[in-house]
Amino acid sequence: MSKPIRALINARLLDPATNTDVQGGVLIEKGKILDWGAHIKKGSLPDGVKVEDCNGYCLAPGLVDAHAYLCEPGKEHRETMMTAGMAAAAGGVTTINAFPATEPVIDDPAIVEMVRRRAKTTCAVNVYITGALPKGLLGEEMAEMGLLSEAGVVAVSDGQFAISNINLMRRALAYSSMFDLPVIVHAEDPALAAGGVITGGRTATFMGLKSVPTCAEAILVERDIRLVKMTGARWHAAHLSTKDALDTMRRAKNDGLNVTAGTAPHYHALNDLELGEYRTFARVSPPLREEEERLAVIEAIKDGTIDVISSQHLPQSADSKRVPFAQAKPGVIGLETMLPVSLRLYHNGDVDLLRLLYTMTIAPAKLLGLEAGAIKKGADADLFLFDTEKPWQVDGDALLSKSKNTAFDGHLLQGRVLKTFVRGKAVIEL
Amino acid sequence: MTNTDPIRFAHRHLLDIARLNATDINQILSLAEHYAEIARTPDKKRDLLRGKTQINLFFENSTRTRTSFELAGKRLGADVINMSVGSSSVKKGETLIDTAMTLNAMHPDVLVIRHGDSGAPHLLAQKVDCAVINGGDGSHEHPTQALLDALTIRRRKGRLEGLIVAICGDIQHSRVARSNIALLNIMGARVRIVGPTTLIPSNAAKMGVEVYNKMSEGLKDADIVMMLRLQTERMQGSFVPSIREYFHFFGLDKEKLSVAKPDALIMHPGPMNRGVEIDSEIADDLNISAISEQVEMGVAVRMACLDLLSRGTAA
Repeated sequence: MSKPIRALINARLLDPATNTDVQGGVLIEKGKILDWGAHIKKGSLPDGVKVEDCNGYCLAPGLVDAHAYLCEPGKEHRETMMTAGMAAAAGGVTTINAFPATEPVIDDPAIVEMVRRRAKTTCAVNVYITGALPKGLLGEEMAEMGLLSEAGVVAVSDGQFAISNINLMRRALAYSSMFDLPVIVHAEDPALAAGGVITGGRTATFMGLKSVPTCAEAILVERDIRLVKMTGARWHAAHLSTKDALDTMRRAKNDGLNVTAGTAPHYHALNDLELGEYRTFARVSPPLREEEERLAVIEAIKDGTIDVISSQHLPQSADSKRVPFAQAKPGVIGLETMLPVSLRLYHNGDVDLLRLLYTMTIAPAKLLGLEAGAIKKGADADLFLFDTEKPWQVDGDALLSKSKNTAFDGHLLQGRVLKTFVRGKAVIEL
Repeated sequence: MTNTDPIRFAHRHLLDIARLNATDINQILSLAEHYAEIARTPDKKRDLLRGKTQINLFFENSTRTRTSFELAGKRLGADVINMSVGSSSVKKGETLIDTAMTLNAMHPDVLVIRHGDSGAPHLLAQKVDCAVINGGDGSHEHPTQALLDALTIRRRKGRLEGLIVAICGDIQHSRVARSNIALLNIMGARVRIVGPTTLIPSNAAKMGVEVYNKMSEGLKDADIVMMLRLQTERMQGSFVPSIREYFHFFGLDKEKLSVAKPDALIMHPGPMNRGVEIDSEIADDLNISAISEQVEMGVAVRMACLDLLSRGTAA
C-alpha cells in the first residue's frame, strides 16, 4: 500500500535559504517535500491527503548542527548515537556533523564506514562525519584526507586542539584544498592555551585560576588566515569568542578569502561570571569570555562575520565535572538547547528570526556541502515545528543526552521545539 | 646531422639546461644518437679523450648516474676517477671550494659533480680550470637526465615539438623535473606537471607549464608520461599522508593511464618505487615503458656531452 500524501498546514513557514516567512504549509510524500508555500492550505488540498494542523506555529528546515561530539565509538558511557539522536530531535536538529574525537579517532576510511553504518541504524537524525586533519588528532602528521574524502567525510578538523606546527598546518591546508574539504579549526594557539582553564581577565585573577589570554584566539586566526591566503584552502573557525579574532575575520572576509566562522550558543549567551562558585559545568574550551567579548560575538552574528551557530555538543560524565575546577574536563552538551538559547538574540531584538535560523540551517549546510537546511521541493522532509514564545526552565536531568553537563541548568528560556520530522516522520513530539 | 658536420658548441661547462638553446640541444642529441649506435656494436671504445682525465665527484649516493658517466668517459678513452663523499676528505670537514682547488691542482679535464645543494656545480665552475658537468644539484637541475629523456622521446616519437608531456609526482624537490621542463619548453613541447599541492612549487605555472592536481586531467591525451621518484622521507605525513593514499591518487596504473594517448610512452628516471609512484604492470610492459631505453641513452648522451665539452670550442 502506498503511503498517502500528508499536509502540514496553518504554519508560519520560515525558510532562510529563500528568505521566506509566510503562513502556509508543506506537502509530504514518501518522506520528500512535494510542495510548499502559502498556497498549501485548507480547502485547496488534493483528495485523500492526511492533514496535520500546525496551529500557527513556526515550521522551519531542520537545524544542521555543524559541530557535535557523538562519542561513539569508544566513549559510549558519555553518549551514543541513539541518545544523541534523541537529544538532537528534541532540539530541532535533523542533521549532525559528528566530530572525529572518538576512540579510535576517525582518521581512517574504514572507521568512517563503520560510524556511518552505526548512525544509520541507531540515530534518529542524519549524521555526517568530519574526519581528523592530523592522524590520531595528535598534531604530528596529516591524516589520509583524500581517502577520507572518498569515504564520505564532509570536512576535516583538528578537533579540540589547533595544530601547533605551522609547517604541518601549511601543508595540511594545501593538501586539503585538492579535495575541496573544509578545514574546521579550533582557533586557539596551543602554547598560549596550555594549562589555561578560564579566560584571562578580572574573574580569573580573583579566582586564582590559570588563564588563557584572549589573544590566543586572534593569533591563531591571524596565522591561519595568512596560510589560507597562500594555499587557497577552505577554512572555518569552529567557534570564535573574542573581539580581536572577529575583527581579523571581518578583514579576511572583506579581502575576499574563502573563510567562515562559527560560534556556539554559550559564547553569545554567557560570560565568565558564570564560572563564579567554580562551576565546572560551564567550563568550555575556548573558555567563556568577559562581557565585552560576548557583546562582540553578538555584533558578529548580526553583521554576518559569524556564519554559523553550532551546538559544540560535547558530553562529559558527571565524574569528570565534579572535581576541582582546573581538573574538570571542558565541554557542555548543547543539542537540545542550541535553538532556545539562541532565540534570546531574537527576543532581545538583536537579529531577526530568519537571520538566526540561517546560521543554524542553510549556512552550515553550505559550509559542509550538504543537501539540507532548506525547505525545497524534492528534498527530504527534514523539518521542525517550534514555538518562539513558550517559556520553560532547563532541568539538566530532564535533557535527553546521556550526559547532563549543560551550562544552562536552571536557566529560564523562551521558545521551544514542539515536533521534529526526519524524512517526513515525526521522530519526537514534546 | 652526422658527426662530420662542423660543431659549434659554445659552452665551457654543462651546468643547466636553462642556458642552452635549441641548436645546442639538437647538436647534443644528434651526436648522442651516433654514440648510441656505437654502443650497440662489439667495439665500443674510442680514443677521442685519450690522455684526458675525468673526475666524477659525487657528494650524494648514486649508482646509475655515476656508472653511466664512468662508462661514457671510459668508452671515449679518458682516465676516469670516481670520488664519493664517503671516502673523501669532505667527511673530514673540507669545504667544497678547498676540495675543488685540490682537485684542480691535479689538472683534470672534466669534473662531473653531483651535490645535495642547488648551485654547487656553479660555485665549482668558478674555481676550476676545467669543464664542469652538473650530475645533479639539489632540487635545481640534472641536465644530462633531461637530455637522455629527450633523446629517448625523439627516438620513439620522432620529435619533441608539439608533444604533450605530463611530468608527475614530486615536482617540488625534483631536479629532473626542472631540467625536463626547461628542455621541453625550449624544444616546443607542451609540458604539464601533475602532483599533490604539497609537492608542486608555488608559482609553478610561471615555469611555463600547466599545473594539475588530478591524474585524470593531467594525463588526458598525453603523449609522454614521466613519473618521478617519491622520496620515502617525504611520505611520513608531512607532504603526503601515506604511501597508500599517494598510490591511490598519484601512482601510475593502467586505469589512470587509460586517459592518455593509446601510444603514450612511460618514463621514469629511476630508481623506481614499485607500488608507490608506479605499478609494476606498467613499469615492466616493454610496449609502453621506455625505462630501460632511458638508461641506454644515458650513456650515449653523456658521451656526447664529454665529447663536445672536450673540443674546447668555447671562447
